[in-house]
Amino acid sequence: MSATDAVGQGLARDVDPYLLRRGGGHASRVAATGRGAGGPASKTVVVAYGFWLFLLSDIVLFSCLFAAHAVLQTAIADGPAGHELFKPTNIAIETACLLLSSFTCGMSAVACGVRNLLWTQVALLVTGLLGVAFLVLEANDFAELVAQDFGPQRSAFLSSFFAVVGCHGLHVSAGLLWLGTMMAQIFVKGFRADILRRMLCFNLFWHVLDIIWVALFTIVYLIGEGR
Amino acid sequence: MSDHLDTGDVAAGFPQPHEYTVWEDVQGYLFGLVLAALLTVASFYLVYTHLIWAPAIPIALVMLAVAQIGVHLVFFLHLTTAPDNINNVLALAFGVLIVALIIGGSVWIMGHLDERMMPSMNQMMQMQR
Repeated sequence: MSATDAVGQGLARDVDPYLLRRGGGHASRVAATGRGAGGPASKTVVVAYGFWLFLLSDIVLFSCLFAAHAVLQTAIADGPAGHELFKPTNIAIETACLLLSSFTCGMSAVACGVRNLLWTQVALLVTGLLGVAFLVLEANDFAELVAQDFGPQRSAFLSSFFAVVGCHGLHVSAGLLWLGTMMAQIFVKGFRADILRRMLCFNLFWHVLDIIWVALFTIVYLIGEGR
Repeated sequence: MSDHLDTGDVAAGFPQPHEYTVWEDVQGYLFGLVLAALLTVASFYLVYTHLIWAPAIPIALVMLAVAQIGVHLVFFLHLTTAPDNINNVLALAFGVLIVALIIGGSVWIMGHLDERMMPSMNQMMQMQR
C-alpha cells in the first residue's frame, strides 16, 4: 500500500542505467526496485528507512558498551564475579516479559493494519504492562545489588554491567513513554497517515529493544554465568 | 520473478502489502514467537546443564543468539531478501560490519594488551608460591 503510489511516476521515467534485469534500453518502462527508478519513495518508506538507520546507530552505541563489558568482564577487583550475583530465574522472567511484549507489539501493528481501534489499544496496553513488569524486575535486581554494596563503583566489571544493562533499561523506559503517547494519539486522532507512520517507527523501536536484550542476556548473563 | 511491475521499495518493518489477511499476519508473529522462545529456552538450558562440553558453551550461546536475532529480524521486523527490501538489508549489513569491528577489535586488542601487562601484586604472590 505504501509503495504502490510510486509506481505511476516510475513509468514516465527515462532509461535507468542501473537496470540490470531486462537489458538496457528496452527496459525503460520497467521500474527497478531498490535503485530509485520508481520515482521518489513514499513518505512511509522514507520515514521508516530513516528510523531504521537511527536504530542501527543505536545498535552501534550498544556494541561499544558490549565491547567494554567483554573487555572488563574479568576486572572484578576482588569483588563479586557475575555468577555470584545473577539470579537465573529473574533473568528468565525478564526475558519472557520482553519477548511476549515484542509479540503483542506485533499484534498492535496487525490490528493497526486493519484499523481496529479496540484491539490496537489492547495490544499496546499489554505491551506496556509487560514492559513495566520487565522494568520493575530489573530495578529490583539493581536495588538488591546496590544494597549489598555491589554498585557500579565496586569494580570495573560492575561499572560496565550497570552501564550496558542500565542503558537498555533507559531505552525501555523511553519506549514506554512513547507507547503511552502513541495510545493517546491513536485515541484522539485515530488512524491518520502520520499516526500510522509513528506506530510503524514505534514497532521498529520496540522490536529492536528485544533484539538488544537477546544479545544482552546471552553475553552479559549467560556467558558471564559460565565464568 | 513475476512479470508485472515491481512496486518500489518497502518500508523497514512493514509487512508485505499484498498478504494482508489478519490471520496470516498473526500466524507469522506466532511462528516467530515460538521459534524465539525455543531458542531462548535452549540458551538457558545449555548453561544450567552439562549437555555439552563446558568450554564450548560460549560459542553455542553466541550461535543461538545469532539465530534468535535472525528470527526476530525475519518474523518481527519483516526483513526479507526481496529486491524491495534491499536498502534495509544493506543498511543492516553495514551496521553488522561496524558492530563486528567494534566488538571484535576491542576484544582482540585489549586481550593482547592484557597479556603484556605487568602482573598485579596478587598474581605475583601466587607465582612465587
